[in-house]
Amino acid sequence: MMNRLKQFLISNSVPIVFVGLSALAIPISGYSAGYLVQEMITRLARNSFLVLSLLIPIMAGMGLNFGMVLGAMAGQIGLIFAINWSVVGIPGLVLASLISMPIAVFLGFVCGNVLNRAKGREMVTSYILGFFTNGVYQFVVLYAMGNILPVTSPQLILSRGYGIRNAVTLTGLRLALDRAMNFQFKLGDFTVNMPIGTFLLIGVFCLFILWFRGTKLGQDMRAIGQDMAAADSAGIAVERTRVIAIIISTVLAAFGQVIFLQNIGTMNTYNSHEQTGMFSIAALLIGGATISKASISNVFIGVTLFHLMFVVSPTAGKELIGQAQLGEYFRVFVSYGIIAAALVLHAWKRLRERQASRRGLRGETQG
Amino acid sequence: MDRLKNFIEDFGWPRIIIGIFLLCLFITAPFVGVRVGTSISDTLVRVGMNGVLVLAMVPMVQSGCGLNFGLPLGIIAGLLGATTSVQFGMKGLLGILFAFSIAIPLGLAFGFLYAQILNRVKGEEMMIATYVGFSSVALMCMAWLLLPFSSPVMIWGYGGSGLRTTISTDGFWNHVLSDFMSVQAGSFYFPTGMFLFFVLMLTVVWAFFRTKTGTAMTAVGSNPEFARASGIDVDRMRTISVMLSTALGAIGIIVYQQSFGFIQLYMGPLYMAFPAVAAILLGGASVNKASITNVVVGTFLFQGILTMTPSVINNLIKTDMSEVIRIIVSNGMILYALTRKTRVKR
Amino acid sequence: MTLENVVRTDSPPLLKIDGVGKEYFGNKVLEEVSFTLEAGEILGLVGENGAGKSTLMNILFGMPVIARTGGYTGRIEINGREAAFSSPFDAIDAGIGMVHQEFSLLPGFTVTENILLNRESTKYNPLVEVFGERIRALDRADMTKRAKSAISKLEFHIDSNTVAAEMPVGHKQFTEIAREISRDNTKLLVLDEPTAVLTESEAEILIRALRNLAVKGIAMVFISHRLEEVVDLCDKIVVLRDGRVVREAEPKNTDVYQIASWMVGRKIEGDHSRRVDREDTEPILEVSHLWVDMPGETVRDVSFTVQRGEIFGIGGLAGQGKLGIANGIMGLHPAGGKVVFDGKSIPLNDPAHVLKRDMAFVSEDRRGVGLLLDESIDWNIAFTSMQVQGRFLKSYLGGLIQWRDDEAMRDAADRYIELLEIRCTSHRQRAVELSGGNQQKVCLAKAFVIGPKLLFVSEPTRGIDIGAKKLVLDTLKRVNEEQGMTVVVTSSELEELRAVCDRITIVDSGRVSGIRPANCPAEEFGLLMMGAQDIAAAVER
Repeated sequence: MMNRLKQFLISNSVPIVFVGLSALAIPISGYSAGYLVQEMITRLARNSFLVLSLLIPIMAGMGLNFGMVLGAMAGQIGLIFAINWSVVGIPGLVLASLISMPIAVFLGFVCGNVLNRAKGREMVTSYILGFFTNGVYQFVVLYAMGNILPVTSPQLILSRGYGIRNAVTLTGLRLALDRAMNFQFKLGDFTVNMPIGTFLLIGVFCLFILWFRGTKLGQDMRAIGQDMAAADSAGIAVERTRVIAIIISTVLAAFGQVIFLQNIGTMNTYNSHEQTGMFSIAALLIGGATISKASISNVFIGVTLFHLMFVVSPTAGKELIGQAQLGEYFRVFVSYGIIAAALVLHAWKRLRERQASRRGLRGETQG
Repeated sequence: MDRLKNFIEDFGWPRIIIGIFLLCLFITAPFVGVRVGTSISDTLVRVGMNGVLVLAMVPMVQSGCGLNFGLPLGIIAGLLGATTSVQFGMKGLLGILFAFSIAIPLGLAFGFLYAQILNRVKGEEMMIATYVGFSSVALMCMAWLLLPFSSPVMIWGYGGSGLRTTISTDGFWNHVLSDFMSVQAGSFYFPTGMFLFFVLMLTVVWAFFRTKTGTAMTAVGSNPEFARASGIDVDRMRTISVMLSTALGAIGIIVYQQSFGFIQLYMGPLYMAFPAVAAILLGGASVNKASITNVVVGTFLFQGILTMTPSVINNLIKTDMSEVIRIIVSNGMILYALTRKTRVKR
Repeated sequence: MTLENVVRTDSPPLLKIDGVGKEYFGNKVLEEVSFTLEAGEILGLVGENGAGKSTLMNILFGMPVIARTGGYTGRIEINGREAAFSSPFDAIDAGIGMVHQEFSLLPGFTVTENILLNRESTKYNPLVEVFGERIRALDRADMTKRAKSAISKLEFHIDSNTVAAEMPVGHKQFTEIAREISRDNTKLLVLDEPTAVLTESEAEILIRALRNLAVKGIAMVFISHRLEEVVDLCDKIVVLRDGRVVREAEPKNTDVYQIASWMVGRKIEGDHSRRVDREDTEPILEVSHLWVDMPGETVRDVSFTVQRGEIFGIGGLAGQGKLGIANGIMGLHPAGGKVVFDGKSIPLNDPAHVLKRDMAFVSEDRRGVGLLLDESIDWNIAFTSMQVQGRFLKSYLGGLIQWRDDEAMRDAADRYIELLEIRCTSHRQRAVELSGGNQQKVCLAKAFVIGPKLLFVSEPTRGIDIGAKKLVLDTLKRVNEEQGMTVVVTSSELEELRAVCDRITIVDSGRVSGIRPANCPAEEFGLLMMGAQDIAAAVER
């Protein structure tokens, strides 16, 4: 019994630390329960889909998919076209998703093949690939759109005649999904909005992942994730399967970005996607996931804890030291630090496991 | 014909393409109304500014720790040296030497700690280095707010505490190295002092790799098992290389600041590793081999592209695409190095 | 043996190997190998390392390496039809299963999932129409059923839901076999050293399970160096030596000693004139209760003494730990026990110390440990001596700076290039560009530069051509005679050891199974290698 408790505490140490931090910071910040519940519901609806898109590459042993920003860019391109053609409401979001899908498939295909050339260092490669693609994205959005690509809406185009504005208001798309099936309830004297539609979509996604794990393809990915060589010798098409895993993740990230931005309501054409990858990965890790193992519950716990800290820390910092800035830097530090710590722990653990698995072979005379 | 093919293979296609591209830029420049003199001296100034930062890659690459994405750690040491020097109102050569004298020991100390992490995560150094760099930058953001600096030129005017995001080195040690014996001829300016310093640093590193320890370090990077069988303490060599790299990063940023004129704090150092990594790769280094030549060639090519593209391309097509080209070239170069089939044995 | 499955004697045999030969780069490794195997029969395939067993199995299993190196000659028939497989998957389709020495189980998968890896039962769902077959859902119930039925054929109980990582070694081996026989069409099972990692009682259970399988009609090729097992289990024994079938026998007509003598054969008796009487010399190296944790070559408990000035041989089969000894003493792998060199005990796990005490090592892993492949010859030769002994350095500024002495390094490299006939363009050529033999000479030069009192040389002639082989062995003899350097040679090739050594110790299962003078009959060494030291001892008496 004690052992099991200990095991539980060790394997969930990261979320527990963050629960503790939040428990300290919430009273200091002085936010009402209603406000925090509203914030958490909003942020869960906004971010969960993006974070969920990370699960499949982890299952296939490819680590944290820093290349998910590729999907985010595809999603943004989809939104640009939806706005350009003034398609509003749910149809607009569907259109944006449909446009982003082939782009995301293509980017995912490229990303998967690049990663197959960099086995063993997928993470750093997908990370740099994100930067690289960002350059291509900027080229397309800033120079090709309005020039070569038919984007004409004055709402989008810079005054010089081509290129997309830095901040685009998602007129007609804002909260289109969240408001579609909104549910209100009272908590204290605070009216909480609950976007049922968005949560339904997220629920469907979760069911998809659960079901996917039970398919032949999912089983193959798990096999590859454990031992690429053994999977290969059993006749599983390793490289192809890895590419598929990345494509699925990229496409889902594109949808996730559409959901994310419809909630925010404005799109920072040149920045919105950059943060997506880091925040999603940090949230997943705070939820207790590791580089080789992540579950759906890690996603929801992680999003909640990460954003709780996100909301609370500036105010807590201000109350505590008189500087809101400090809290803001603190949450940046936590985002980076948690990723660094997860990477270090993972690498270190792997090293120790390799050593431990060999210990059994040592001679009996060992003293 | 074969020799040409071999040369191309040795040199790598991306390098050749970029070299030719740069050459075209220099040739086109006069025709589109860009003054070549200015362009060349701009390029040279930037080479001098960034050279030592690129050089900071060499020890870690040579010892097999991979590309030093953790450069921000060294930069932070440099920033601490620079701000302390300003705090005490140190001016001129004395000021910059004082900045060095604070920054170098700090760099060595940070490097030592950093190496303890890297030695436990062999084979995955690069991604971890990136995030160790990032987290230390974020941690320092809090420190800049809290550290007891009081010089009025550095702290926020209204709050009374916390450092500004950019601090001018004007009046302290601005251009101290650059202007030493500098040459000014019309629009052409050559920062002799800064180059002398860069050459000095190159010589020091070159000389180090000729010593017994330097030789051992190269062997560790080339084949750690061989080095171990020859009685070398692999972890110790790696630690020394990381300390060296970090200290060079600290020196590098101070050289950069005295030429640039500002100390950039807070998120300033966040992405500074990437141009340096891209430059050394552009110079022909691989993930586990780098030389002094790679540093010089790479810095020149990379900074040449950065200087020339805005002026020439802008004049040519009346559009500022320099940022996009910078992103694509630098990250494309890193990507190329990461996906190249190398004979890495582990 | 019940032969109820062997229906008619006039039908073609299940497996017929007919005159199979194979060359690797002009080197004949298999020649005119022929034998047959009927359904339900167990064939024991025995031979020394390098006798051609693995090459034969690679051919049978359609390994790509065979086609890449020019294919093979002769004919393989299965049920009378020619079988020329281009990949292992063809072999599997034809009903051949292979159980390897090392496990290929996925640690996080259950027994069921491992057994049915990539052959899972699936169910249709409408999404298949859009995304294709791979999106079919797994049919867990059916999978469990199939896995259980495969396990039950072995008449051994394993819980099909256990995760592989949590199973004892023996169960892993059973799971591997269950995986092979779970295919409906498996008729022939190749087992490569299946008992090597098992304890004695586990091995017994496995042998019993294999007999049960044979009764069910599955034929087997059983490769093992435990000769007692082979005699115990097999219906027929084929002995390979130097790529040829030297004998085919039935176990009831032979015994372990005879098989061992067939395996090692009566080769050309080398010049064993080295038998110098060294009883008057003193010991230089005393090893007691040494253990070494070297992956794949674990040393468990080894004690021996090397006399000053002798050439001492360490032999044994691959994987038995002979290579671990030198690696352990030189500090390259975690080790324990007591080692006394030249009267003083040496600390283990400290390569620098051992080198300083004038011991040197030429590693069996030339490319991995022995060389700096990307550096030049002079670097390779001088590096160890520079680091350990401080040679090849030049002082400047009154000793403040010590730089590499390129001139001295070049001179040393040139001297050894001439002495050992290293074929290269110059001392600046990179080691990676040299041939195997010349690389080995560079490794030797590296060791000689140190001027050791004792030299460990592991697998000195592995993967090098005949000319270089002779030069390397002659050089070892010469430095031993001229400089009185004590040499410890570790080799898989018994004949090589017998040709150069004074005494040879044979290592089996991480322990010394015997030490004999080099002029002892080859059969006796053969028996020691097979772990039959009691028989060997009886013969000795």
